[in-house]
Amino acid sequence: MNCEIRDEGDSAVVSLSGDVDLESSPRVRSALLDCVRMKRTVVVDMAGVSYIDSSGVASLVEAFQSARKSHTRFVLARVSDAAMRVLELARLDRVFTIVGDVADGLEHGG
Amino acid sequence: MSAAEHAAAATARHGGGEAVVSLRVPARVKSLRLVRRLMREAAAASGCGDTCTRDIVIAVDEACQNVIRHAYGDRASGDIVIDVRRQGDALTVDVVDFAPPVDPSSVHPRPLDELRPGGLGTHFIRECMDESEFREPPAGAGNRLWMSKKIE
Repeated sequence: MNCEIRDEGDSAVVSLSGDVDLESSPRVRSALLDCVRMKRTVVVDMAGVSYIDSSGVASLVEAFQSARKSHTRFVLARVSDAAMRVLELARLDRVFTIVGDVADGLEHGG
Repeated sequence: MSAAEHAAAATARHGGGEAVVSLRVPARVKSLRLVRRLMREAAAASGCGDTCTRDIVIAVDEACQNVIRHAYGDRASGDIVIDVRRQGDALTVDVVDFAPPVDPSSVHPRPLDELRPGGLGTHFIRECMDESEFREPPAGAGNRLWMSKKIE
């Protein structure tokens, strides 16, 4: 699993790729929480996610909740089919803001 | 015991069907990737399409996670045995551990309308498989989760 953070001023783009599973999700969790704490907008680019399990989904939920508290915008972008299936299983596909493009996530940040 | 007797014993234990693959891995987080890879191959080789294969991989992964996190927990580690069989038009998977028995009534999915991290694994298993239930484990084992899904 790879987790790359790109700094865009007030925003951060976190690109996840590979398998987000019980082994790698703690890293994702702490990266997302750090970004939410420091930025006004966090876009999670999920195009390269080949697999995500319940612990990976839990990391997204935790970051989403933390963002809501700190009025940070938290957006998922380019969600892969494999990841979308799991978000649908968790009924989270309508809870998260999901956009087709990373630029869309950044633009609406206000 | 001869090979035939072993096979007969396994059949009696698992209720028939044709063996696809059986694997035994240490109940560790690092085993999960291997389990997913083998399950993907086993499901595809048994005739499951992409969606069916993906769902079986999710269910077995989450079942193993439950064993690692909850059945063994912080206590002494052990193994997980995963037994995949084909029964008619269904693929069945037994996930067996050697941890102290877990009360099946304590294992239930959380309500999804409550937005909080965690507790999703059991829900995923139920959504991804047609049937899943705790069954009598083989002698010497702790818990056995039996799951079934129609091959399509």
